[in-house]
Amino acid sequence: MTRDTNNTRGMDPARRRFLTDTLRTAAGVGLVALTLGVYQRQARALPATAIRPPGVGDEASFQGACIRCGLCVRDCPYNTLKLAELGDEVALGTPYFQARDVPCEMCDDIPCVKACPTGALDPALKEIDKARMGLAVVVDQESCIAFQGLRCEVCFNVCPIRGKAITLNYQHNERSGKHALFIPVVHSKACTGCGKCEKACILEEAAIKVFPIALAKGMLGRHYRLGWEQKTEAGHALVTPDAPHQYNLPEGMRYEHGGRGLMSGEPPPAPSPPPQPFAPEAPLPPFSSNPLDTLNRKGGL
Amino acid sequence: MEPGGRPGEEAIRVRGWFPAHRYLILRRVSQLAILGLFLAGPWLGIWIVKGNIASSLTLGVLPLSDPLVLLQVFASGHVPGTAALLGGLIVLVFYLVVGGRVYCSWVCPVNIVTDSAEWLRRRLNLKGSAHLSDKSRYWLLGAILLVAMVTGSVAWELVNPVSMVYRGLVFGMGMAWGVVVAVFLLDLFVGRRAWCGHLCPVGAFYGLLGEAAVVRVSAIRREHCDDCMDCFAVCPEHQVIRPALKGADKGVGPVIMSGHCTNCGRCIDVCGRDVFAFTTRFSNSSRQPVSGVNHKSEVSS
Repeated sequence: MTRDTNNTRGMDPARRRFLTDTLRTAAGVGLVALTLGVYQRQARALPATAIRPPGVGDEASFQGACIRCGLCVRDCPYNTLKLAELGDEVALGTPYFQARDVPCEMCDDIPCVKACPTGALDPALKEIDKARMGLAVVVDQESCIAFQGLRCEVCFNVCPIRGKAITLNYQHNERSGKHALFIPVVHSKACTGCGKCEKACILEEAAIKVFPIALAKGMLGRHYRLGWEQKTEAGHALVTPDAPHQYNLPEGMRYEHGGRGLMSGEPPPAPSPPPQPFAPEAPLPPFSSNPLDTLNRKGGL
Repeated sequence: MEPGGRPGEEAIRVRGWFPAHRYLILRRVSQLAILGLFLAGPWLGIWIVKGNIASSLTLGVLPLSDPLVLLQVFASGHVPGTAALLGGLIVLVFYLVVGGRVYCSWVCPVNIVTDSAEWLRRRLNLKGSAHLSDKSRYWLLGAILLVAMVTGSVAWELVNPVSMVYRGLVFGMGMAWGVVVAVFLLDLFVGRRAWCGHLCPVGAFYGLLGEAAVVRVSAIRREHCDDCMDCFAVCPEHQVIRPALKGADKGVGPVIMSGHCTNCGRCIDVCGRDVFAFTTRFSNSSRQPVSGVNHKSEVSS
């Protein structure tokens, strides 16, 4: 701007300077705003190990409501929460915890939510069991010793909502042939994401980890309905029941579909007990060469 | 000021060192005392104040919140909770009384950083400044609110050096020291008062508040001025002095009416002739009845 622009374009130099300065400032500030906007979008990517305190909804809206004051951190009696420092992967100044370091102790009075002055931690959350900070996931079945047939159940036992958020699913131990596997299964209906399971996992690197729900949870298609659940809810089948099977059989013969198959005309005995869920039968061999075997196979077609 | 002399030498000679540094010392005491209140909790376990400069709770009852942070929350499409709103209102009223940019000179920790840079700049006799418009801060203020609106997040708080330093000192700095050094170097080498006097949108916001504030510095004995320029040399916003100090002929009152006066009182300190004093906006007696004269005659940079 050192060039003398007087009278070159017939524009008043003061006006020219004003316009140049304004445009320069606007361009500079515009660049800053753009950078800030892009940086903000990136700052929404919450790392998988960073868990938000109770009462946080989705990450984007939390970052609009949280003013980074740290009052939740101060009122956390177990020093679980911390504020992200410059250089951390979490958006600067926002509260989070890492379950493997210090999990949430799920205080009944939820002091962190009470401390929040802005409502970024939803004050409508009154019962800590309804908090959804994250979701525990058994991430590594290869390392989890329960899957190797060893007794552990530590995650199951430390769970504050014991027996509901994590249950043990008994499965047959194929390797030994006579033992059970005590498989931990997490239920998102009850899991608060407190992270005590991850903290307590006995492995060097936890095989059960708490992730932000957006990462951990899948979703059925919205139109999906599970027939058996709908049936239980309604108390009866919601589709037309199957018509009883009609067979054109030789005289004196009967056929039991899904049961014992073809048999002679004696009266039907009491139905066989349902298969035991904890001791499934050995896998059936492939189809035999005799078609009647297939017809008579248990469990229906 | 004698050629080659330092501003305030006459005042020291006339009134002694302490009276000639009274407001400077009071400001440092104020800045450090407020920081001390925040640090007493985490460092000594004395919980008088919890939180940080964005929002705090004093003695468990008094909420205080930064109105600019709340404005960003509003811009991002959220309504802060009652505690934050009440705290913001208290702070707003406080600065409307004592002067908007009292925040800058009596509270903000970055002020110590930039004052140090300015001091060193003077000692090293560093001349020359990048041409930054002092209106840039308003552009930036608009830009951060726009970014908050577009991204739905309090984006500015990801990079705001003011809240970053305060939160850093109270909760953990991380790499925020780098930002402190950056602001220091900016003010030292790039431009005089580049951050606080030209760019900082927090200062811009409080400057807007300051337009309406009650407590103001007045060149109450301006007829005693001997044009030594000491006040111009020390004033962080020296464009605010002239209309009041030299406005007698134009019928402009002696009270500094610009919102950008930080009420730091340094001009009162360094004046050997006791020209300046704290008054209120209502004692602008020789002001002409035409309103707005002061603003129009204010010389910007």
